[in-house]
Amino acid sequence: MSSDLLTLNSPTWGEPDHGAGDRLTAALGADVIVRRVEHRGELTLDVAVDQLVAVCTLLRDAEGYDLLSDVTGVDYLGYQGEVAGYWGGGSAGRDLNRSASAGKGAVPEAAGPKRFSVSTTLCKVMTVTDGNHRRLRVRVWVDEGEPVPSLVSVYPSADFHEREAFDLLGIPFAGHPNLRRILMPEDWGGHPQRKDYPLGGEPVQFSDEV
Amino acid sequence: MAATKAPRVWPQVAVLQPTPSELYPASDNPDLLEINLGPNHPSTHGVLRVITTLDGEIVVGLKCEIGYVHTGIEKNIEQKTYWKAIPYVPRMDYLSFFSGETAFCMAVEKALELEVPRRAEWIRVLFQELARLHSHLVFLGTGSVDLGGIALLFYCFRARDEVLDLFEMATGQRMHPRYCQVGGVAEDLPKGFEPSCRKFITFMRDQVNQYDELIKANPIWLQRTKGIGVLPPELAMQMGLTGPNLRASGVPYDLRTANGGYGAYRELDYTPVVEQGGDVHARFRVRVEEMRSSLDLIEQVLDGLPSGPTISDDRKVVLPPRHELHTSMESLIHHFKLVTEGFTVPAGEVYAPIESARGEFGFHLVADGGPKPWRVRLRSPSLVLLQSLAVLCKGVYLADLIAILASIDPVLGDVDR
Repeated sequence: MSSDLLTLNSPTWGEPDHGAGDRLTAALGADVIVRRVEHRGELTLDVAVDQLVAVCTLLRDAEGYDLLSDVTGVDYLGYQGEVAGYWGGGSAGRDLNRSASAGKGAVPEAAGPKRFSVSTTLCKVMTVTDGNHRRLRVRVWVDEGEPVPSLVSVYPSADFHEREAFDLLGIPFAGHPNLRRILMPEDWGGHPQRKDYPLGGEPVQFSDEV
Repeated sequence: MAATKAPRVWPQVAVLQPTPSELYPASDNPDLLEINLGPNHPSTHGVLRVITTLDGEIVVGLKCEIGYVHTGIEKNIEQKTYWKAIPYVPRMDYLSFFSGETAFCMAVEKALELEVPRRAEWIRVLFQELARLHSHLVFLGTGSVDLGGIALLFYCFRARDEVLDLFEMATGQRMHPRYCQVGGVAEDLPKGFEPSCRKFITFMRDQVNQYDELIKANPIWLQRTKGIGVLPPELAMQMGLTGPNLRASGVPYDLRTANGGYGAYRELDYTPVVEQGGDVHARFRVRVEEMRSSLDLIEQVLDGLPSGPTISDDRKVVLPPRHELHTSMESLIHHFKLVTEGFTVPAGEVYAPIESARGEFGFHLVADGGPKPWRVRLRSPSLVLLQSLAVLCKGVYLADLIAILASIDPVLGDVDR
């Protein structure tokens, strides 16, 4: 296939905004950005959890990231597990409910000792002056039960996203004004998007005789 | 791409507190009436429950309860290989179904760094625009019913059927075609598609003019829509709105042109449709004009469709052509491996947004190097749209709440996923 027939199809993020990362470090201290990851042209800044609100406020006010486009929680339980088979099983056979990395031994670039990551994707929309709508991902890592500062006070549209991450992954957001379940029923037990949430054999709902 | 606008610094609006997505009554007046709008009500366009507090006929409190059609699509996709996950995706936003397929395939292609043939990109644009047209037709039809005009529904659904006929002709399915594949599209366009499509464009242009005539100068329509549910651009940004709703507030942001666009939009001539005003009327206007621009884009695709293959020939990702299986052992092995195990995607986190009929539709994909995604999050525009309902409905009449809900056009399958 000749190359003029092909097109590299990646919805563009604009140039990776390393300058914003540098200015964040200058304003908030050298240890605010734990790590920078660039993957497929997308820049991810791993920031210290307690600095998240300060980082996002600065990005909104000084850098012009005026749209919060996405908040994604990820559960990395079992990501570096000893099992490499993608059925999530061991030598004894397939275990549907066991979380295990399908990565066949690939060591993840980012999975630290913490279990969860929360990625916030920011975008420049109205503040763009050079026709370059850049995007930037700010990511924090937390353990089970460790709260993530809520971004609702910086970006009001984080509201439903954070409620969803709380509902499906059980990540508490400190300072969220209305943190309750959003998709699952209020009395649901457990957080379905977690990797250790059973896939089969869930209790039948509304079957209690009480 | 539109010319770069002069730099404009927007003021930050004071952040709404305590939570912007819910509206609480200011007093505990015992005369306030709490009613449930939905979950089963025609004007909620799905299964949405809006708990509304009324003072007479004025909305003073509003809370959206969602999750009635939550089916755990994200969890399901984690258990599927990438290519098996494609059919799940269009079932969320069932009105612009093809956008979902395309967004998912584009996210996987981005993670794979897979190149896609140009012809496939152009065909994808063709069907994305048809799906957008389909979505806007349903929006206009059902939206006008919500405003008390039933005639437009019949006009729009007749035209919608023509769109679905085109889908059926090219893909074999009227909705949820699973036509988009990782690496391209499943098949080339069939013979006779182009004349049918051109006939449809002529028919549809005339139809859109008719819709416009029906609502353009209708005094009842104007009274019901003008100045209702006004959303200034700064507030729209705060509430994270994208797509037609943002453009109705005067912000010319469209992912089809931002940063040059994606896919074949980079080669097509398109200017975002922008309306000022940010009210219900502007939101209807944007969509009517977008129907016209979609038709223009479809015509451009038919005029300039490049020749060549419609799917990548990367045998590690894309199934080999069927006829090769009888003669080539490598093809048979590839076919077997792809069907049983699937292809592996390098570890990493990607987010690939596209412009669907209701805004930025993106897949946040965390790959772990295996044949199944570690985590997929669907950034659905409707979930974000619904947050702004409380902001828009503060102090409006209950009947205007229906109009506002229709004008922001959420799809509940897309909200709940």
